[in-house]
Amino acid sequence: MTTVSGWGRFPVVDSEMLRPRSFEGVAEAVVAGSVARGNGRAYGDAAIGAARTIAMTAFDRIRSFDPATGRIRLEAGVLLSDLIDTFGPRGFLPFVVPGTRFVSIGGAIAADVHGKNHHGEGGFGRYVESILLRSGAGETIEVSREQNSDAFLATIGGMGLTGVILEATMRLRSVETGWIRERVISASDLDAAMRALEASDSATYSVAWIDCAARSRDLGRSLIYLGEHASADELGRGADRFPVGRNPGLAVPIDLPSMTLNRHSIRAFNEIYYRMGARRAGGDHVVSLYPYFFPLDSIADWNRIYGRRGFLQHQCVIPEVRAREVLGEILERASTRGDASFLAVLKKLGHGDGLLSFPLPGYTLALDFPVKGDILKFLDEIDRLVVAAGGRLYLAKDARQSRATFEAGYPALARFNAIRKALDPAKNIRSKLSQRLFDEV
Amino acid sequence: MTSRKSVLVLGGSSDIGRAAARAFAKAGYDVGLAGRDVAALEPDAADLRARYAIEASTHTFDVLDTASFEGFVAGLPALPDVVISIVGLLGVQPAAESDLAHATTIMRSNYEGPSLILGLFAEKFLNRGSGTIVGVSSVAGDRGRASNYVYGSAKAGFSAFLSGLRARASRGGVHVVTVKPGFVRTKMTEGMKLIGPLTVEAPVVGDAILSAVENKTDVVYVSGKWRLVMLVIKTLPEAVFKKLKF
Repeated sequence: MTTVSGWGRFPVVDSEMLRPRSFEGVAEAVVAGSVARGNGRAYGDAAIGAARTIAMTAFDRIRSFDPATGRIRLEAGVLLSDLIDTFGPRGFLPFVVPGTRFVSIGGAIAADVHGKNHHGEGGFGRYVESILLRSGAGETIEVSREQNSDAFLATIGGMGLTGVILEATMRLRSVETGWIRERVISASDLDAAMRALEASDSATYSVAWIDCAARSRDLGRSLIYLGEHASADELGRGADRFPVGRNPGLAVPIDLPSMTLNRHSIRAFNEIYYRMGARRAGGDHVVSLYPYFFPLDSIADWNRIYGRRGFLQHQCVIPEVRAREVLGEILERASTRGDASFLAVLKKLGHGDGLLSFPLPGYTLALDFPVKGDILKFLDEIDRLVVAAGGRLYLAKDARQSRATFEAGYPALARFNAIRKALDPAKNIRSKLSQRLFDEV
Repeated sequence: MTSRKSVLVLGGSSDIGRAAARAFAKAGYDVGLAGRDVAALEPDAADLRARYAIEASTHTFDVLDTASFEGFVAGLPALPDVVISIVGLLGVQPAAESDLAHATTIMRSNYEGPSLILGLFAEKFLNRGSGTIVGVSSVAGDRGRASNYVYGSAKAGFSAFLSGLRARASRGGVHVVTVKPGFVRTKMTEGMKLIGPLTVEAPVVGDAILSAVENKTDVVYVSGKWRLVMLVIKTLPEAVFKKLKF
């Protein structure tokens, strides 16, 4: 047994870690109570097997790539960072990247991750054409929108519960450069932030960083970051077409004592961040894709900032009509509480693709909270607001929502369960998350 | 034929072999992967072609079958610019203490085979007047330890072979690199207790091999810390060393 946890370091549980080196080895590992794990970037308990966890990062081969079409076939353990570093200089990038590049392709599919372009271009799964799946029942099948389409739609965003994703075929985006033309807009409150995101619907990338320590009149004050792929002639002379992605240099060497994060330090940090960003507001400037897409990746092990007990990220999406009212209420409560840390993220989403994909047309808000005190009770109260507004929580970030919250938020759950049952009648595939949210045992 | 440089990796299916192949392919080399199970090498060759748009080939090679070596070298489509031997076998020390066959396999896999094949390439390279030979040895060869002296002694022999070959070949325009990786997280060391700060990932070794070849380095300790650690271990008097649990 090994003690395992997700990126949020909560919960910490026991699971036997298996490291197969061949697909035959994976097949042997898919037995009662197992689930696949990529690079461990899911925050909670999604990638921890009920009894055994199948580590997939050894499967890191590209099987084929066609530079004429951008179509790529690859093993599930390839990291997004590897894909970007290898194919970026050749003029190709993934269509969708989340806020960290250290996720595996299998994990990105299983969580149907979204990026700053979801409002216009959809999620990761939209660019996946087919998947080689080792089902819970022990069959290896190719699934796509045309072939085994039920299994395909259940696997996109299905949190690994339909089987182990072995390989996938997906499309990459052709780009001229690895640089982003960025525009920063400062918004003085939540209304202004939502108006700015609404008005930026045609921008390829958009995201708002909210100062969640700001209160009363400043509640929801934000910096909105819009982005477009820069063309070669927008680069300064002598600039490389593709910037170098440095490995995280600055690491957080130890678990910071929980004292470090308090309402004063958080408030001070956010004040500085907001003012520095506001100064850059206005004109366009060109930035490397790495800080644009992955601002936190430059600090290795940033999850240790929250101390040994870990942290919880609460990421909800609220349908558009109720979004202003409910997000205002959540932010109000978080800022009153005072320990929601650093910057919250606000973003507009579009339709999701998979049966359990998180996105729905509306606004998503992500807040981090250190694990302490009455945080679980506090988040349960927030969940009630989310459910009442017809919203849901992101399973890739979740470590604690109740079964009722989950069931209320995902209306396609019954169909998902029927497909899962067909693929895995004995329920061999079980994660700590599925035990918590799906299963009767 | 292309004008690109080429590298041949003996032991191409090992984690360090794969990492070295990727590092060289990324730098624009065509790559040959050699190993016992040539079918198992094919996905790695396909990976290199897809990633770096270079040529990658696979070749059957068994380090214990020394009789096949001359045929193997003669059968290559072209003599590579760089040849790397990553072949090795950690074995099980307690078993090797009583099982002569196992001890023999460890010795032959780490010393006899790698030395003979690289020696053969050295002759070809010297005839041509150019080439680089890389032998992946081990810090375990710097001093025999109670816990793995069968493996360590074979690596010591291999290190000495490489050092002598380097002295001779350098006069003929051929460079010889000795790599001593220290602890690397690989299939071979899975389940072993490795000391975190002294442990590196396979890609770090791959990059170190490439840079040693390009910079004509003679002996590489992949993590600089190992040079210091082994300096201390090598200079401990035998009377002290034999009392240490190490």
